[in-house]
Amino acid sequence: MQLAYYPGCTLKTKARNLEEPAVASLEALGFRLEEIDRWNCCGAVYSLADDDLIHQVAPVRNLIRVKEQGNDRVVILCSFCLNALKRANLLMKGDVEKRDTLNRFMDEEPDYGGEVKVLHLLEVLRDEIGWENLAAKVGQPLRGLKLAPYYGCTLLRPREVAIDDVENPTVLQEFLGALGATPVFFPESTRCCGSYQVVSNPGDIPGYARDILGSAVMNGAEGLVLTCPLCDYDLGKGQDELVKKEGFKGIPLFYFTQLLALALGLNPGVAHFELNYGSPEAFLRERGLLS
Amino acid sequence: MSVTKRNEEPAKKAVKESAGAPPVGLIPIYVMGKRYEVPEGLTLMKAMEHAGYKFIRGCGCRGGTCGACGTVYRKPGDYRLQVALACQKTVEPDMHISQIPFFPANRAVFEFDRLTAAPEEVFKLYPELFRCVACNACTKACPQGIEVMDAVSALKQGNIAGAAEIAFECIQCGLCTSRCFGELMQYHMFQLARRIYGARIAPRAEHLAGMTEAIADGRYEEFLDRLQGMSEDELKELYREREIEPVTAGEDWTPEDKAYL
Repeated sequence: MQLAYYPGCTLKTKARNLEEPAVASLEALGFRLEEIDRWNCCGAVYSLADDDLIHQVAPVRNLIRVKEQGNDRVVILCSFCLNALKRANLLMKGDVEKRDTLNRFMDEEPDYGGEVKVLHLLEVLRDEIGWENLAAKVGQPLRGLKLAPYYGCTLLRPREVAIDDVENPTVLQEFLGALGATPVFFPESTRCCGSYQVVSNPGDIPGYARDILGSAVMNGAEGLVLTCPLCDYDLGKGQDELVKKEGFKGIPLFYFTQLLALALGLNPGVAHFELNYGSPEAFLRERGLLS
Repeated sequence: MSVTKRNEEPAKKAVKESAGAPPVGLIPIYVMGKRYEVPEGLTLMKAMEHAGYKFIRGCGCRGGTCGACGTVYRKPGDYRLQVALACQKTVEPDMHISQIPFFPANRAVFEFDRLTAAPEEVFKLYPELFRCVACNACTKACPQGIEVMDAVSALKQGNIAGAAEIAFECIQCGLCTSRCFGELMQYHMFQLARRIYGARIAPRAEHLAGMTEAIADGRYEEFLDRLQGMSEDELKELYREREIEPVTAGEDWTPEDKAYL
């Protein structure tokens, strides 16, 4: 089965270790992620200013591409892209006046009214494949791995675009359970990683990492599971500093798609563990999951 | 072609002034806001020269390839700005035109030998890249019909080869940059992309290396010496007698004399 797929810029540069294992894993599960043609940046951050419509052009244009190429839905891996496209989609669906303004501004494109459904890959795994079916395809269960699922903000907030319960999400726990791992509950799992604030205040990076990673470790986690390249950057950089300056032991950070590929028994090369923070290769070798 | 009603009066006036010229074929255009009557069928550039403008800049090849004569125009009743190369587009009645032969844009300074094909090279030299809001004004402003915004997107995605290919026909007229909401300098970025693509990404042509080596080893010295030693008449004779590839020749055509191949 074919699924229209929007990658986003970061997955093509810094976060190949999020994209490549996803494409390979979906293939193994009988789905083909078909990258849409002529996509552009998602806009990165959804603009909250009510009259700042120019910054809605980028996400809406991508939704138009999805529709004009004959798709009624699109799958996204990056939490930030998901958030930007999903919120822009709601705007086009719900606000007649702004929809009209944007459509008239993009006079070279067909009109758009929010017809496309925007999905995160975790929703496809949960709602279309199902955890039981996924578990049945697992060839190398991640047995004994205690992993803390970290949601961050953009998968869950605001409520109208959340892929799960805003306060008590379970989708990553269930995902890890299907792969045979042991999900570790920790109270910081939906806390903000610092987002783009750390760009203007780099000194704040270790603080966020100390709270989030410290809490995960204290609750018994041996690794952190992420969906977002910005969380990866902020927490990875922060952890590196904590290791250097505060003697923090450090744990590997994983993208959920890497664990999926590993559990499905795919060639570990597709996961690009070498791009991760926290040396996951040594950890996985020690646990007999990587040769 | 008929002359518009609106044009009838001035056309008659033109007849009076130029004593006996045919009353058809003159159309009004506006150059920088001033009305001129110019013959139909002229290019914008020739029309401006007809109106008395003299180009000492903003005019290069007159063949649509140098990018020196980027021009913007509007037509009555259409809100959209249109673009053309002045040497290629022919005049239309009542168009308002203004040439934009140069548009200032900072070009990054770099040491080419040290550049790699990594996406970050472009990000570092042109951080303005990330100011793009995907408004697509650049694409609408391209007289070459390039999907400019797609090439910008390719650069953001680290796809230097893709950007180089999409923007292959860019002639660096700068009209994209003149319209950019995010203040990007697309035409300089694309030049960088093409240079990186040519030097670091595109596969090497192995036969070229062999040939340059052969030339360096003196493959053509004897022929060149012989040419240099010839009189003017001998050269003319040689030129007249040269073997020319027939128009109908197929791809496998080779000359009778294969000494220079």
